[in-house]
Amino acid sequence: MRFVPHTLKEKEEMLKTIGITSTDELFRDIPEEIRLKKGLNLPTGLDEITLQKEIETLAGNNAHLNDYISFLGAGAYDHYRPSIIDHLLLRSEFYTAYTPYQPEISQGTLQAIFEFQTLICELTGMDVANASVYDGASALAEAVLMAVTQTRKNKVLISSTVHPEYREVVKTYAWPRGIEILELPYQEGLTDLSILDEHISQDVGAVVIQNPNFFGSIEKVKEIAELTHQHKALLIACVDPISLGLLEAPGNLGADIVVGEGQSLGLPVSFGGPYLGFMATREKYLRRLPGRIVGIAKDRLDREGFVLTLQAREQHIRREKASSNICSNQALCALAATIYLSTLGKQGMREVAMQCLTKSNYAKQILKEIEGVEVAFPQNYTFKEFVLKLSEPVSSVNQRLLKHKILGGLDLGKFYPELENHMLLCVTETRSREDIDLLKRVWEGVQ
Amino acid sequence: MKEKLIFEKSTPGRKAYSLPPIDTPEVELTTLLPEEIIRQEPAQLPELSEVDVVRHFTRLSQMNYGVDTGFYPLGSCTMKYNPKINENMSRLPGFALAHPYQPEELSQGALKLMYDLSEILSEIAGMDKFTLQPAAGAHGEFTGILIIKAYHQHRGDKKRTKVIIPDSAHGTNPATASLCGFETIEIKSNAHGLVDLEELKKLVGEDTAALMLTNPNTLGLFEKEIIAIADIVHEAGGLLYYDGANMNAIMGYARPGDMGFDVVHYNLHKTFATPHGGGGPGAGPVGVKQFLAPYLPKPVVEYDDEKQKYFFDYNRPHSIGRVKAFYGNFGVAVKAYTYILALGAAGLKEASEIAVLNANYLKTILQGKYHVPFDQVCKHEFIISPEKRVKEKGIKTLDIAKRLVDYGFHPPTVYFPLIVEEAMMIEPTETETQETLDAFAQALIDICQEALDNPEILHNAPHSTHVSRFDEATAARKPILRWKKN
Repeated sequence: MRFVPHTLKEKEEMLKTIGITSTDELFRDIPEEIRLKKGLNLPTGLDEITLQKEIETLAGNNAHLNDYISFLGAGAYDHYRPSIIDHLLLRSEFYTAYTPYQPEISQGTLQAIFEFQTLICELTGMDVANASVYDGASALAEAVLMAVTQTRKNKVLISSTVHPEYREVVKTYAWPRGIEILELPYQEGLTDLSILDEHISQDVGAVVIQNPNFFGSIEKVKEIAELTHQHKALLIACVDPISLGLLEAPGNLGADIVVGEGQSLGLPVSFGGPYLGFMATREKYLRRLPGRIVGIAKDRLDREGFVLTLQAREQHIRREKASSNICSNQALCALAATIYLSTLGKQGMREVAMQCLTKSNYAKQILKEIEGVEVAFPQNYTFKEFVLKLSEPVSSVNQRLLKHKILGGLDLGKFYPELENHMLLCVTETRSREDIDLLKRVWEGVQ
Repeated sequence: MKEKLIFEKSTPGRKAYSLPPIDTPEVELTTLLPEEIIRQEPAQLPELSEVDVVRHFTRLSQMNYGVDTGFYPLGSCTMKYNPKINENMSRLPGFALAHPYQPEELSQGALKLMYDLSEILSEIAGMDKFTLQPAAGAHGEFTGILIIKAYHQHRGDKKRTKVIIPDSAHGTNPATASLCGFETIEIKSNAHGLVDLEELKKLVGEDTAALMLTNPNTLGLFEKEIIAIADIVHEAGGLLYYDGANMNAIMGYARPGDMGFDVVHYNLHKTFATPHGGGGPGAGPVGVKQFLAPYLPKPVVEYDDEKQKYFFDYNRPHSIGRVKAFYGNFGVAVKAYTYILALGAAGLKEASEIAVLNANYLKTILQGKYHVPFDQVCKHEFIISPEKRVKEKGIKTLDIAKRLVDYGFHPPTVYFPLIVEEAMMIEPTETETQETLDAFAQALIDICQEALDNPEILHNAPHSTHVSRFDEATAARKPILRWKKN
């Protein structure tokens, strides 16, 4: 049978050593009445050739980004993924290892995480970062719990320009703790500062924003931070790491906890996962930071190396008093991000960001020339995504585009009923001018 | 040999990336962004050539130990072999490059895979409906306990504020209960390492929301009284939560659904051979009995018979909401699905059969050389601890674990479960040969002799690695968590 190496002879020898004649005797402690009498109702196992064909057939029933020109983003992005990433991820000393509990034989994973933490601190302008959590949405939820514990204030204001699915995750995490979540309406595609001003009070533990926000618009982070801090609340900013090649680090704009989705840093869109959430904060909040953290240690011969540290916050020590129940990170995804950031480096990150900014703004300019199309929230600065207001349903345009193997943008009506006929488009460095021009021609029906 | 940090290998002006020129008309940056939000100081990221980056991470990989390096008997973690075809399948463009928001009509392969995997997981666990959304075991626990909370609240039963958890449980169980706003009640194990029924009867009541249980438990023992346990909890109005960490012991032999469990989570990275990745990504699907299905996170994948297509069902008013963006760690689900199809019904049962055979074989060889606190048939894992004569030499479990590294093995889980002093928790899995088990047992026996003859060699172990035991207390007291430019 697959992956079980035992020959019949070996099996017999082993049974003999144990002093039994059949493996059935090893299962007699399972009470008769719950022992499964019939076999599992599943197909028989497949040989490798048949298996591969079967799985390939399933994969073949999906559209994918090699086959379509995509303008779809909304939290999952088609960015450049240098070839070296996958080759290095497939080093099986990395991917077949467990959490680095034995540091002497896990220095590879540990050093990579230490480098990851440093890279995230550099990008965000924060003091400390953890080893990553499940995804951007759960990172945001963990940040909310962290801020509420830190401030001991149970009310949180979240801008409705934050990714709708992230807001749902925040609400799921907040509900059992009795945390009050208030969604702030937006005005012209941005967090409404006057409404924020109206709702913020000494009872508020945190204000949550996304930048660039779900509409691609760049928020007034500094003003929001000032307002937040005047009321002794913490500012949680959920950011696009690619944008930080060009945009001011949130740490310099007053954010107290910075989180985000790291998928753009070298991970495929993979139908929504696995991704990675990053979390960074100020030194003073370190002990509230959930998740795994790697630090430098010295061995008994005074040699430097890396260990999991500050474990007194964690579940396997603190059990019910832990700062979170998380006991893993997305280590391999964090490794991908570490390789990505090392490959792109200081210049590359700026260049990728510059390409996103320039190409998406070009697309915004030419698409608004189409009859019946206008830019929604035109006064806002945008980074790689923007919203168009159409004179017809988004689905009709997308249907036309699909015929030409173009994936159009997201129908915002799905999440914002008031934004019916509004499309959220994304243009990254992987799109060429030709792709964008083609989009326009097909949209107009010229091609 | 130490590997320098990537930052220390940086040389300004070097580059490893390759991007096309910007082919859209040139625009002044300040017309696209206001001056005050443009980054003044670029992030200090390293600058290296492609070969530098490749060598750095290759070198780091060589400082790691994985299942492909050797035997990895880490108890409760199921470090079985990770089949290579799974990696290839998850990287097919139709999966890896499918966008989560692309139209459902163009994602039927991905949706069918999710639907079929949910059905398969239901069959193996004896449950009715699954969600693939949780990203890890602990995330699954969080999801499952929230479902239980939502169920009680929906019935207007607000007194149920307590979750009962055995003292042998994983630390995530009590941490999860707290995260979900419950109070944790610990139940002591009896002398046989099992849930004490009399104690349980005393603890349950109208404030009981749930009992969280791992079966076989973390001692590797099957909770024989599971039906009585389920009855006691259910009669008190509580629900039963199954921590699926040890599911590898019973596939095809017994199902948590038949034992009376109401909610189950799996760890695809344990039972279904997806790689642990150095700590993730994993996946922690959660299954429930029909009466709890309305509370599952949304969306749930369904099949429309009329239209003959799979779709995401968002119309679930009682759902606990989302625990993650999109639909879960889909790439991990592809690997688990590939593995399950490779093994089939008989193969899965054989995996459990041999996992249990391997554990009992290893335990038998070690008997008499190590203390075996629960001397009975075990399931897929078992506990040992050093004998008294070894402990009298000042040897601790940690010393033995570190010495195993010199023998080329990954140490077992140590100091867990908490109820056994100096515990070593050994889970060999089914993918290891008799020779490997013999060699591992011999290493443990040799180490035992070394402990008696020359304890120093254990105190200072490991000797074969380029770094030795760390001073973790100082590291935590004065944390250095990032590199900084001098």
